[in-house]
Amino acid sequence: MDWVYLIEVLVGGLMSGVMYSLVAIGFVLIYKSSGIFNFAQGTMLLFASLTFVKMTENGIDFWTALFIAAGIMVIFGIATERYVIRPLANQDLLALFMATVGLATFQEGFSQFIWDSDVHGLQMSKFLDIGLLDPAPIFVSDHIPWLDILIPKFDIFASLVAGSLIVILAFFFQKTRTGLSLRAVSDDHMAAMAVGIPLQTVWAIVWAVTGIIALIAGLLWAERVSVSFTLIEAVMKALPVILIGGLTSIPGAIVGGLVIGVGEKLGEIYLADVFGGQGIELWFAYFMALIFLVFRPQGMFGEKLIERV
Amino acid sequence: MAESLLKVNNIEVVYNHVILALRGVTLDVEEGKVVSLLGANGSGKTTTLKACSNLLHAERGAITKGSIEYQNNDISKSDAYNLVKDGVVQVLEGRHCFSHLTVEENILTGSFIRENPKEAKQDLERVYDHFERIRIRKKSLAGFTSGGEQQMIAMGRALMSRPKLILLDEPSMGLAPQLVEEIFAIVKNLNKEGVSFLIAEQNAMVALKYADEGYIIENGRVILKGKAKELLERPDVKEMYLGVGEEGKTSFRDIKYYHRRKPSFT
Repeated sequence: MDWVYLIEVLVGGLMSGVMYSLVAIGFVLIYKSSGIFNFAQGTMLLFASLTFVKMTENGIDFWTALFIAAGIMVIFGIATERYVIRPLANQDLLALFMATVGLATFQEGFSQFIWDSDVHGLQMSKFLDIGLLDPAPIFVSDHIPWLDILIPKFDIFASLVAGSLIVILAFFFQKTRTGLSLRAVSDDHMAAMAVGIPLQTVWAIVWAVTGIIALIAGLLWAERVSVSFTLIEAVMKALPVILIGGLTSIPGAIVGGLVIGVGEKLGEIYLADVFGGQGIELWFAYFMALIFLVFRPQGMFGEKLIERV
Repeated sequence: MAESLLKVNNIEVVYNHVILALRGVTLDVEEGKVVSLLGANGSGKTTTLKACSNLLHAERGAITKGSIEYQNNDISKSDAYNLVKDGVVQVLEGRHCFSHLTVEENILTGSFIRENPKEAKQDLERVYDHFERIRIRKKSLAGFTSGGEQQMIAMGRALMSRPKLILLDEPSMGLAPQLVEEIFAIVKNLNKEGVSFLIAEQNAMVALKYADEGYIIENGRVILKGKAKELLERPDVKEMYLGVGEEGKTSFRDIKYYHRRKPSFT
């Protein structure tokens, strides 16, 4: 076995896994705090990146556009909580899920309506002068002599962005008051209300944060696959990620993403013959998720029920 | 007569637009008093407390008649957040600790309502002074603590908002008699510091022993009220709620049926 090739596959898998994780975190945040499975996550990504791209195409510079797009996503998140989630509070969870399906449809049409439905390319290297955005790959052997593999620079950039985002989120959840209220709300709505944690404010914050994460994830994905409706489908890959990692765990979303990324690539290269040819990358993730559903339905890091006996 | 803190005027509560849970509850909590609300399962104790703390709407319940006044302001249209801010906090039945948070984090969540985070440190000490038992468990996950400890966590958490009135729902649930006494002793201590209590209880004996006043609620209406000591002496109360008849213990089979009507308080 060519081990250098294996390492290259592994690294490639990990890097694409990071991209899945980024999307999965958005799902987890909302599910954890309110028990709602947000079907509109994919369209949020599309809306965010489309807004950004259209602004840069109209000559607004990178940082301003990023700032405005983030602002729009925050407003959108707060509005979603206020006008979609709040009127349905305390209803059946299925009703809330259907509301997010509706939201997804609305957002898909809305972003077409105010922007357009063309395919847009996004090249961040045009705006940002960071060496890592250079499309040329890095020869790792230049730095580590015995490791002769190629890594796309952009993948390293994406991993760095994702990594720092995760560190920020972890800090936010563990150390701040808002983070603590958020965890309290996800544990027990009724008790959180009884001690005076304003549920609606907490939910608004969650939706706003999710909007910003959608923007970041959307931009990174867009750089890879361009801004168009394929983005929504890319997001569907995050479903097996959260099934494997656990719907309620941010570390789970990260590890799940990495597992899917690596599993997919390894499967494509070493198992393709067993499963009848190329292209198993497309469905292998779902296959892994199915296996998890059978043996460990709460996922790897899903909340274990603490039960007193 | 002491100042009235909480006044419930003949409220009616309906769940889901159909289920009538309360049909006329009137009660009065005076400042600095411990008031017990007694009754059997499903008689409306919890609903009464939730109506006072504005948590009803979370269970699709609504007050359809009557009013609730706190410090002479109508609070039936307020919300839980503002009420906690004004000093009314509820300790839910069955504790409801945040099981995936540590004990200390649990208690700290109660202080988020206040603007100044520095005061939380002092208050935390105050909570630990009252509940010595949980001081040593502060780093463990609340989900793994015992029932008595969870009750203390829930009460400590409520205390962090510096309440004037605590609505305590069934603190004795599932606890050993000794622990129940301990919890009620703490209630008495807190009461001496100026916190008023409205306690819903099934354990009438303990609840009346530590209370100043008692209300007995049946089928969603208050049927009796009085000083706790007087209630303890009444033969019908003794028989129905304390299981003691005139000639010692009676079996529930030959219990006398006391025909009671809703008294008018107005």
